[in-house]
Amino acid sequence: MASTIRVRATSSGETTEVQALIQHPMDSGFVKDAKGEIIPPHFIQQLTFEYDGKPVFTADWGGGVSKDPYVKFAFKGGKKGDELKVSWTDNKGASDTTTAKIQ
Amino acid sequence: MTHTDNGFSATRRLILQGASAVVLVGLGNLPFGLAPAFAAANDKYPEEAFKAKSEADAIKALYGKTPEASDKVKMDAPEIAENGAVVPVSVTTTLPDVTSISFLVAENPVALVASYKIPAGTMPSVANRIKMAKTSNVIVVVEAGGKLYSATKEVKVTVGGCGG
Repeated sequence: MASTIRVRATSSGETTEVQALIQHPMDSGFVKDAKGEIIPPHFIQQLTFEYDGKPVFTADWGGGVSKDPYVKFAFKGGKKGDELKVSWTDNKGASDTTTAKIQ
Repeated sequence: MTHTDNGFSATRRLILQGASAVVLVGLGNLPFGLAPAFAAANDKYPEEAFKAKSEADAIKALYGKTPEASDKVKMDAPEIAENGAVVPVSVTTTLPDVTSISFLVAENPVALVASYKIPAGTMPSVANRIKMAKTSNVIVVVEAGGKLYSATKEVKVTVGGCGG
């Protein structure tokens, strides 16, 4: 299966800017479907970015984050060609991991 | 009476032995165990905070204290969001020693939307997209140097993103 995570990490020399877009329904558990039945909650709870074996950014998410979530941040350091590891887990125990090369 | 006394002192001895064992094990593990133990505590998903209905309760569950408004916390959010399902909100701050940044929507069924941990070396600046059920105050809380600072902005929503 293709990865649910798309990451772009760009080094400017001193810092690395990271943008990530993840495919996920992010159902909050408060929305009803066309039949009027509640769509059960299904959302990513934790998302981590690791560089050089250390977390550089961790997100704790609730159902209030938009569908197919997007996040952007930056950290000091990060060399071109080095790998950034991204992983998430959702409230149903599903998860996905990917690595991206810093450009 | 003598019997109960004996029972009590035996229990007491056990507790003391247990306590000293814990102390010894604790000290023995200290050089190796400390960093992973802290990392594990930091990585725990804040279940309770994501159940709180009001923003005040969520902030309390997350941080255990209340923030003060600060103009050093700069939030960028639209005045009017045409689609409440996707509202781009970002924050940046000039405050030093930022350890976490959280986004809350006061009128959402669950106020807390996202909470980000900012380790040393990561910029205190985050952009993301959030859902808004209706017109509401969006609150950003920045934890810096052990203190909480916040910024609030009202975003008008023409089509809600949570009620369907």
